[in-house]
This record gives sequence, C-alpha cells and structure tokens, in this order.
Amino acid sequence: MYPTEMEKSIAKLEATRERRLKETFPRLSLDEIESLLERFHPDFWAEGTRQLGVGPNKGDRAPKELADLLEGKSYIDPDQIDLGKIDYDVDVLIIGGGGAGASAALLAQENGASTLLVTKLRLGDANTVGAQAGTQAADRPDDSPAIHYLDTMGGGGFHNIPELVEVLVKDAPLVIRWLESLGVNWDKEPDGSMHELPGGGTSRNRMHAARDYTGLEEMRVLRDEIRNRELNVLEFSPAVELLLDSNGRVAGAILLDLETNELSVVRAKAVILATGGSGRLHYQGFPTTNHYGATGDGLVLAYRVGAKLIFMDTMQYHPTGVAYPQQILGQLVTEKVRTLGAQLVNTEGEQFINPLETRDVVASGIIRECQERQKGVVTSNGQCGVWLDSPMIDIIRGRGTIARELPAMVRQFTRFDIDITRKPILVYPTLHYQNGGIRIDASGATGIPGLFAAGECEGGVHGRNRLIGNSTLDIFVFGRRAGKAAAQWGKGVKPGSLSLEHIHRWQEETARAGLSSRPASPRLLPDYTRHEQTLASLTT
Amino acid sequence: MIDIYIMGRRYQVPEGLTIIQALEYAGYKLIRGVGCRAGFCGACATIYNNKNDPQLRYALACQTVVEPEMYLVQLPFFPAGKAFYDLGKIKPSGEVILNLYPDIVKCLGCNSCTKSCPQDLEVMECMSDALRGDIAAVSIKSFDCVMCGLCAARCPQGLVPYNIALLCRRLYGRYLSLPSKHLQDKIEEIAAGEFDSELEELKNMSEDKLRQRYKERTIEPP
Ligand SMILES: Cc1cc2nc3c(=O)[nH]c(=O)nc-3n(C[C@H](O)[C@H](O)[C@H](O)COP(=O)(O)OP(=O)(O)OC[C@H]3O[C@@H](n4cnc5c(N)ncnc54)[C@H](O)[C@@H]3O)c2cc1C
Ligand code: FES
Repeated sequence: MYPTEMEKSIAKLEATRERRLKETFPRLSLDEIESLLERFHPDFWAEGTRQLGVGPNKGDRAPKELADLLEGKSYIDPDQIDLGKIDYDVDVLIIGGGGAGASAALLAQENGASTLLVTKLRLGDANTVGAQAGTQAADRPDDSPAIHYLDTMGGGGFHNIPELVEVLVKDAPLVIRWLESLGVNWDKEPDGSMHELPGGGTSRNRMHAARDYTGLEEMRVLRDEIRNRELNVLEFSPAVELLLDSNGRVAGAILLDLETNELSVVRAKAVILATGGSGRLHYQGFPTTNHYGATGDGLVLAYRVGAKLIFMDTMQYHPTGVAYPQQILGQLVTEKVRTLGAQLVNTEGEQFINPLETRDVVASGIIRECQERQKGVVTSNGQCGVWLDSPMIDIIRGRGTIARELPAMVRQFTRFDIDITRKPILVYPTLHYQNGGIRIDASGATGIPGLFAAGECEGGVHGRNRLIGNSTLDIFVFGRRAGKAAAQWGKGVKPGSLSLEHIHRWQEETARAGLSSRPASPRLLPDYTRHEQTLASLTT
Repeated sequence: MIDIYIMGRRYQVPEGLTIIQALEYAGYKLIRGVGCRAGFCGACATIYNNKNDPQLRYALACQTVVEPEMYLVQLPFFPAGKAFYDLGKIKPSGEVILNLYPDIVKCLGCNSCTKSCPQDLEVMECMSDALRGDIAAVSIKSFDCVMCGLCAARCPQGLVPYNIALLCRRLYGRYLSLPSKHLQDKIEEIAAGEFDSELEELKNMSEDKLRQRYKERTIEPP
C-alpha cells in the first residue's frame, strides 16, 4: 500500500504506460555519458574523497571513510603476541567465506594443499548470497568471449586491465559448467539450453540466473561442498593482521575470535584474501545493499604489507535501491527487473533514461531527475526516488512472469504490503560495489610474495565500473585461479620465522606522517547501536 | 515508542523498525543473528509471540517490523545434522536420499516445518516428495529456501528438511537438468583457441579504436 500522495503520482505513470510500452528511450552517446557522470555521479563529488597520506598509494584519492581506515592503527600490539605459539599451521589460508573464498578453498584443496578458511560471520554470510540478477558468461551461439570483452571494457570506461578481462571472459563458460557439476540449478529452457537475459551494458543476452536467488544458490552449493570435503573452517574469526616471515613473504595471519576476543596465530605458506567489499562504510552517507560484514578489511590488511590498491576512488552506486518503504531503504531491487522490461519513470510518468545503460549512467540519470530537474517523488520521510514500472513486465512477457522470475522481490515487497505485479517500485541509488581493490595479476597474485586476492576485494578487472553479472563471475574465475596458484606457490616455500616487524614500521610511518590519531582498523563490523546512530536510514 | 521484550526483558523502541534495527536500538551490538540484512542469508531466524497471543510465530528479523508487546528470541544456530557425500559418486534416486537421511521415514506429517518457514515454503510436502524420490519436485518447491534452520528446530522427529532439500537440488542440478549443448560447444571452441586471435587484437588495440568498436557493436534485442 502506498500513501495517497504517492498514489497520485502512480496514477500519472499508469496513464502513460500504454504509450511507453511502445517507446524505447534512446541511448546516450559516449560524450553525453561522460558529461552526465561528471555532473551527477557520486564518485565525482569532490568532498567524498581525499588523498592518502601514507602507504603504497600515498597521494592517491580514496573515499574519506576508507582513507581513515587505510591509514589506521593496528588492533594488536606486536610486542604482546607470542609468534612462537602457532595455533594453526596450513599450506593455504583463505580469508573470507563468500563465493571467492569458497572457490579458492576448493581449488587449493584439489591442488594438494592443506587449507584453512577463516571468516568473520558464518560461512556464506557475504555479499555473494545477496546476488539476485545472475552471472555473465558468453556461451550462446551468437555471443563470444570477444564481445563479452568489449562490453566489459566499455562498462569500465576502458580503464580495465586487459589481461584480467581476457581470463574473465575466457573462463566464464567453464565456471558455469563447474558450478552446474557441483549441483547449481541454472534457469533453463526445456531443451536444457540456458535461459539468458540481457543486463545493463551487455550487448548480448548472457545473464545466467537461478530465479532471483542466483547468489544464494551458488553460495549454498559451495558451502555444502566445503562441508562435504570436510575442509577446515573457522567462523566468527576475522583476520586482523597479516604475518610476514623473515624473508618478507606473507606467512599467515592473526585472528580475532569475535565472541571471546581471543587472538590466535595462523602460519601458512600462502594467504588468499577474499574479504569482499566495503558498502558498510556508507561512503558519502549512502545506505547500502551490502551484508553486515562488508567493511573493506582485506584492503587494510593488504595495504599494511605493502600491496598496491587500484581504482579506490570509484564505487558502484546501484541505480535501483529501495526508496520506499523506509524499513528496507537502500536494499537492492535487482537489475533483473529492468532486464525483464521495466522502465524508469519520473513523477510525471515520463521516461528519462534508457533502463539498460550501464549502472553508473542510470544512477546518475536518477540523481539528476531528483536533484536538478526536481521530477522525483518525495516520500513522507523526505526520501526522493523515481518509479521502476514493474507491472510492465507481466504485460510484455505474459502474466506470471514476475512471480516466476522475481520471487525474492515479490516476497520482499509483499512483506511490506506492496504488490509489485500491480504497483511500481520507488527507487534511488544505493551503495553497492567496490569497483577497485587490491591489484592482482591473472593468477590472483598481488605482487607481495605469498599473498593472493580474489573477488570484490581485488581490483582492475572491472575498470571504473563493473557490469551486472561480472562480479559473481569474477569471484569464481579469480577464486579458482588464486586457489590453484596459492597451492602451487606453497609447494616451493620453506617458511622462515614469523614476524610482525611490518606493524612496528607501519606505526612509525604513520606517526611520522602525523596520522597517529587514526582509528583502529580493519573495521570488522559497523556499529548501529543507539549511541552511535540509529537512523533507520543507515541500518537496513 | 512501543514496548518489546527481547529474551523476556522490556525495551522501548520506536515504531516501524525491523526486529534487527530494534535490537540495535535497544543497544545490542550484534555478532550472531545477522548477515545480509536483506532476507537472503537466513542468519536472523527469530521466534516470537505476543503478550496477549501465545501462538508462536516465525520470522526473519531483518524483514519483519516490530509490533507492540512482541516477545522475541533469535535462533542464530541450531545443531542440525548433515550427511556427508561425494556428489560425483551418488545417484539421483530416492534410495540415496533414504540412505543419507534415514530419519526422513520418521516424519509424522505434523506440518510444524511448513508452519515455521519464514519463506512460506511447503516444507512438509517437500519431505514427502523426497521420501517418494521425486527429486525434481523437491528442487522446485524448496528453491527459495534460505536455510535459516527454523524447520529443523521445530521438527519433533529431528529431521533437517533444509539439508535434505539441498541434497535434492544438488542432485537435480548435476544429474537431472538436461545439459546445455551451446555451453558445451562454447567451452570446446574456447579450448581450441578459436577466440584467441580476436581477443589478442582487442587487447592490443588503442583506446580510440576500442571505443570505436564499442560504439559500433550491435545490441541484441532483449
Ligand atoms: C545485494 C547484492 C546483489 C548483487 N547482485 C549481483 C548480481 O546479480 N550479479 C553479480 O555478478 N554480482 C552481484 N553482486 C555483487 C557480488 O555479489 C559480489 O561482489 C560478490 O559476490 C563478492 O564475492 P566475494 O566472495 O568477493 O565477497 P563476499 O561474498 O562479500 O565474501 C566476503 C567474505 O569475507 C568475510 N570477511 C570480511 N572481512 C573479513 C576478515 N577480516 N576476516 C575474515 N573474513 C572476512 C565476510 O564475512 C564474507 O564472508 C551483488 C551484491 C549484492 C550485495
Ligand atoms: S540477515 Fe540475512 S536473512 Fe536476515
């Protein structure tokens, strides 16, 4: 149920629907796109970022909230830790229990390594589980890895690292088959061929989905496989610092038990960071689609041992976050709603952007509609948004399409008394994805010996803007590659003695730069308890 | 402000918050019982009733708004059993399900599992389908399961419906869904190096030329 004021605007939208059904809003030229982004994309709001004062990316810009943590102090006092007492000793340590970490663990094991996967919450409590729209792979006859390459480069503003995009697109069909062999149920046509939809910025229909529970399906299968193989997993045990050895190689990590506050020491021949994104840092005050533990920890850990970050000044704001009801503000309305045919419409009932432009462009278009043109719909909480005309889907594709293709969306809104098969959805951009991250090569290696990274915590693959469906691809492509490469690297390593000397050096360096008052980092969890902030606007 | 009771203790919270937000408003810094905050991970399973209505209800705390006089407790973990198997070495049959989860025959048909499902799935039907070896039916009916654990917690016979359903879905995905020919073809073409020269050309192209190519690419209708 929408309040009367909003219903009035819906009436205008309904009045134009029949006409709009026949209209396609023209796509913008590359020049128009550039000027729209510069004026309205949050990445370009100058007050949002600042230069880093210390570390491998000194002088580069990063969002303020992240910059504080990258320059932050360690939780631990290196002199208080007994590195002689090793609690876990393995070949490969995987930090992070989402899709990237799970794939890395499976492949490391298959390549002969003993493994330990540590994660902050439960195995699978991660951004992966929230993925709805699907996973890209160019596998239909009129599609090819080369076209996928071109789409990915264009989406990323041509800044992507070519070698990374190459392996992303070439491994993609293999990843789809690998997941199916583990028991993932892809949406299919009756003859077994894949049921594939387009996405913003994809020039072919290549989104592989499992209803709108794609990430959940991928994650619960991988989690079950990890359990079946009885791989070692430690939950509620985030890594708070990496360890080096006397040869300067990464050689393990310090873990914090979130429930007992005990620290433990892991020694490993190789470490894979798979800690995901950082939406819970709420850059520029945006709400987020990310899970509770998405606080950018891996970036901080890697930075302190000298790993270089790339594209840290660019975040993805998903164009269609929930703008109403308030309880689920900022949560995701999957792009699949647009790929199935729903248009974006302002308060006058008019389209203002092609709904299948890339995300940065659509988000900027919505922000322009609300801020400059004042044609948004404002809720009683003062939240502005535009309409996503979901009922169109059933008109275009037949009754029952929404229920079949979007059960999670239907369920989510039904819980708040809104029937999206009959009424549109009010949306506004929400903080969604970390486009950049730890720089890697095609094997997932970071350049710091013994340290690998995979998934949302790495950067370069997506340039300055990730395409839909390319992240749940990235996590498997690079998770698998990093798992294999780390296992192989480990075979050649004789660990030296463990050291936290780099933390001493870091503390001296930050003190010299006058940054000693920075907060302790990594952040681990946001604090939404009342003394901090309780506005529902941030805590959904 | 309304009164709610967290594990029996009264707190005053504003109306309109989800249960998770209300816990946080009350001052709990959550470690357990929260994950995606969006209805997908099943970390936030919650049991509640109301001061005037003893009927137990079940919810995902991130998707449910607090009501006045709500008595609630979270169920962040439940010691549910899981069978271990090598998916590559088992067959998609009812017998396999019975071997791995023999307790399934003990189902009393009480429907407690269905009543406790915050996703409104027909859990008990899934169990009788599984017992009959109808793997496809279980896969379809159980698909939206977030594995929150409430069904297992409520089953008087100790069944773990969500793990049984997961076994069925994995069997279905691997063995029963028809293979995709175009996927297989493309994998072979890639392995044979059919796209290598084109990719090499794109990789080494100047940015201007690449932009030109991008602009000229045809866009398949949806
Ligand atoms: C709601 C939503 C919908 C999405 N939809 C799509 C989609 O349709 N298609 C697509 O391609 N992409 C989608 N994405 C993006 C994609 O899902 C993620 O980018 C991707 O799954 C990230 O996987 P990951 O394994 O790198 O990180 P995650 O899945 O986030 O896993 C990171 C893990 O690391 C753990 N961790 C964090 N810090 C530490 C630490 N210090 N120590 C130990 N463990 C730690 C976390 O707890 C978590 O388990 C979506 C994202 C969201 C949030
Ligand atoms: S926190 Fe993930 S379902 Fe509620």
